[in-house]
Parts: sequence; C-alpha cells; structure tokens
Amino acid sequence: MSSQQNPAKKRKSRFAVVFHQLKKNKLAMGGLVVIILLVALAILAPYIIPYDYDMQDYSCILSGSTKEHWLGTDDLGRDILSRLLYGTRISLSMGVLIVCIGASIGILLGSIAGFYGGRVDNVIMRFLDIYQSVPNILLAIAFAAVLGPGLTSAVTALGIASFAGYARLIRASILQVRGLEYVDAARVINASNINILFKHVLPNAFSPLIVYITMYIGSSILAAASLSFIGLGAQAPLPEWGAMLSSGRSMMRDYPTLVLYPGIMIMITVLAFNLFGDGLRDALDPRLKN
Amino acid sequence: MGKYILKRFLWIIPVILCVSVFVFTLMYFTPGDPAQIILGTNATEEMYEAKREELGLNDPYIVQLSNFLKNVFLRGDLGTSYKTQQDVLEQVMIRMPYTMKLAFGSVILSILVGIPLGVIAATNQYSWKDNLSMFAALFSVSMPSFWFALLLVMLFSLNLRWLPSTGADTILHYIMPCVSVAVGGAAGIARQTRSSMLEVIRQDYITTARAKGMKERAVIYKVALKNALIPVVTVIGMQIAGMFGGSLVSEVIFSIPGVGSYILNAITTRDYPTVRGGVLIISICFCLIMLLVDIAYAMIDPRIRAQYEK
Repeated sequence: MSSQQNPAKKRKSRFAVVFHQLKKNKLAMGGLVVIILLVALAILAPYIIPYDYDMQDYSCILSGSTKEHWLGTDDLGRDILSRLLYGTRISLSMGVLIVCIGASIGILLGSIAGFYGGRVDNVIMRFLDIYQSVPNILLAIAFAAVLGPGLTSAVTALGIASFAGYARLIRASILQVRGLEYVDAARVINASNINILFKHVLPNAFSPLIVYITMYIGSSILAAASLSFIGLGAQAPLPEWGAMLSSGRSMMRDYPTLVLYPGIMIMITVLAFNLFGDGLRDALDPRLKN
Repeated sequence: MGKYILKRFLWIIPVILCVSVFVFTLMYFTPGDPAQIILGTNATEEMYEAKREELGLNDPYIVQLSNFLKNVFLRGDLGTSYKTQQDVLEQVMIRMPYTMKLAFGSVILSILVGIPLGVIAATNQYSWKDNLSMFAALFSVSMPSFWFALLLVMLFSLNLRWLPSTGADTILHYIMPCVSVAVGGAAGIARQTRSSMLEVIRQDYITTARAKGMKERAVIYKVALKNALIPVVTVIGMQIAGMFGGSLVSEVIFSIPGVGSYILNAITTRDYPTVRGGVLIISICFCLIMLLVDIAYAMIDPRIRAQYEK
C-alpha cells in the first residue's frame, strides 16, 4: 500500500539504493572518505608537497622531525613527507592501472567464454586453469624479468598476471544472466551478438566485478609495493612506497621511521580499499551480510 | 574417489607441459644476448657466434622449444646457469627444502590461527571478541607482509635480541619469516571461516544437534565446522598461492637461501636458464599442492565425491 502511495520511492535508481545501504555502514564510509582524500592527495601532490620529492639537501641528512621537515629526511637529505605524499600519486595510479589492464583482458576473455559457451568456453577455461597454476607474484616476477625493471613493466607485469580472476568472475556472472528473458528478447529483435553482450549482458553481470575491482586495487598496490621492494618495480629516485621501504631497510636499526612511514601509508591505503570493498559487497548483495 | 584423484592427477600432465612451453616462450623473448651475458663484453664477435651455436641459439624457436622440452621431460635437465655453469635442477633442488619449510610452515600456521579465530568470531557474533578478531584480520590483510617482517626484525632481533634476523639453520630462524608470511593468510582464512560458520550455525540441522542434547562445543566443532569448512578450503587453496609468493619475498628479507632468492638473484644477473628452471619447478610444486587441496575438497564435500562415484 505504501509503495502505491509513494511511486517516486519505487523508481529509486540502483545506485541510490546501493549508496543508501552503503551510507549505513560506517566503516565502509570511513574507507570511502580515506580513498577520496588519497585521490585528492594524488592529484594535488605536485602542488602541495613542501619540497620536490628528489630534492637533496646534504646539510640535512637523516634528520629527525624538524620544523622544516616534519617527518625528517632520508639518507640523501630528501624530505620524507614530500616523498610520501608524492608516493600516493605513484602507488594509487599503479594500483588503478594494474586493475585496468587485468580487468580489460579478463573481461574480454571471460565475456567471450561465458557468452559463447561450448568449445570456446572450454578452451578459454582450460587456458585459465593453466595460467593460474603459476602463483600470481611468480608470474609477475617472470614478466618483470622479461620487460626489465621499472614502473611501466611492473604495472604491465602485474596487470597481465592478474587477468584470470576477472575472467572467471565475469564468466560466472554472464552464465547467470545469459539465459534470462531480456537476453532472449534482444535476440528475438535481431540484435547482434556484440550488441547483446555489451548492452544487455555485461551491464547486468557487473556488480560482483565492481566489488572485486575495489578489493583488487588494494591488493594491486600491495603487489606493486612488493615488486618495487625486491627491485623490480619503481626505480630510484621515484618515491614509490615499496621502493622507499626497500631503501630504508639498511638503516632501520638507527632510523626506524624510514621503514615505518611508507609501510603505514601502504597499510592505510589498502585498508581503505578493503573496508570500502567489504561495504560495497554487503550493499550490493544483502544476502552476504551477516 | 580413486577415479577423481586419478583424473585430477592426469590433468597435471598437460598443465605442466603448457607451463613449460609458456615459461620457455617468455624467456625466449627476453631481450639480451645470452652469449654476451656468459662471455661478458670483451669477447670477439667470433667467440659470441661460437657460443650461440654451442647453445643452439641460432636454431628456430620451434627447434629450441622441442630441445628444451626433450631435455626437461626425458632427461630431467633444466640446463646450466649462465653465470655459475652449475646444473640448474641440482641447484634448485638444494634450495627447495628451505622454500618448502617456509611455505608449509606459513600455511600450517595460518590454518592453525585462522580457523579458530573465525570460529570464535562467529560463535560470539557482535561481541568484543568478534569485533577485535575481525578488525585484526582486516588490518592483517591490508598489511604488506614484507613490512610486517621488517617490524618483527626491528622488535625481536634488533631491540629484544630474541630471534636471529637472517639465516635458515635452526627452527628459530623460521619463526619470523613464517609469522610474517602467515599473517595475511590467517586473516583471509579467519574472515572466510567466520562468514561460513555464521551461515551454517543458523541451519536446522544445528538446532537438531542441539535438541538431541549434544554439547555446544561438539555442535560447533564436530557438526558446524565440518560443514563450514568447504568454502574455507577454497580460500586456503587461494591463500597458498599468495603465501608461496610471500615466501619468495620473505626469503630475500631473511636471507634464506631458498628458490625465491635464487630466482630473484638470477633475474638481476640475467641468468635466464636459472629463472626458467626455478619458475618451472615452483609451478610444478604448486600444481601438486593444489592437487592435494582439491583432493581435500573432495574428501570434505560429499557432493564432489558423488560426482565421480557415479
């Protein structure tokens, strides 16, 4: 009865419903706020950092926190705060790019497998089985070895290494929506396969993928930091957090903050994405909420 | 069940074959001339050419690939290192026990911590125990394991001097590496255990078990946990992959002479036969472990067993 009296409520968009659910989850909203702050930091980093990230001040090497350098300086006299803030830009964009590469390849393969089914599906799925029989980070290390150390190759390597998860997920969702009436209806009005796939099937199979992507940005940032830590990712003087950790390692006995701060930044970022992802999952699929 | 295990085991053969082709192809396209890597930059062009001929590098891709596969599968020969001229398989096998100890230690630790933590959280839903363990789990999932490893070194080696920070001689050497690798895995397992336990303890058969007068402890650990374990085993399978990767990085931090540090060292010196061999052997081990996980899965879940017993 009440829904008849208030038809506007009925027409609420899916986004509004999900956001309404999400708003109730304080932890998820906290995660979202941190993500927004980090994105703002990443965009504004070059304008707000007090010093250039690679500016060396030899008169002020390994200083503790001072008025000029709030978080101190490293072994080359570079301001740690500036490097950490600039690092947000590098780490976030690495995370997003890795996900973009992995998701594009994965969605393409998974859609083809799920939509066409039969032999195509079988071949793609067996390929994914084989691909996933090598641990992800080992695969990324092998790709990074081929491409040579560096930011671009680390991103490419991690992106390529991660597509199988997306492919499986999108395939499973497509299998669920493929047999529904609106897909049959589109077929009846003679829509092309590509049209059906991109206009009807994919948009309806997307919600589990959104959760996966959100969570995966966090793990991609972790993986990128690991690669940089072992010397296969960002190279000096770029202030990527994993690389900063790696260079501070040899001095951690006397200057533990060189290792502490970048780790805290990585953790806050990944935690924010995980909290938001958890909340998003609950909001998109209330069945999962316990 | 036997049919399932056999089928699953036979599937490993094409997988390993494809992984070998994949790893070979990847390394084949790696830039850099192996002859130059072996002989250095001071040799003459004739010497380089002779070396290329000796290594069979002038052969077409297909010939090189088939030679590689023949050597690996018929002779068990992964080639020799460009740098040290040592047999790669022998060197990998010398290092394998260290990696295995680290990886298995971490997996066992993560299961031993993760499952009870998840059960405690689920059976005390919304209590401080639940909140604390789930917040700790979320924290641990988000923490870089190599950073946690460094924090452990700072606390237990540099400050308290309780544990050695490098080496792999005694069990004490493995405590920090295993803990640092296991912490993320344990968190993932705890989260999954909690959510599947919560689903299971609301089922009618749990009420029935209670109504029959079963003790609460037995209801939780004998009936509920057994049913909740199925998705947990999947997560454990996925975590093993992550922990394998984590242990590769951990080896570098704790100077453990395992396969991970061997491969990474080979990458920096562009010693490709070593990288190829190391990646291949780790992948084979990983396939075998995943086989065990799948068998465990079938043993726990009668539905999977039934599929193959028809």
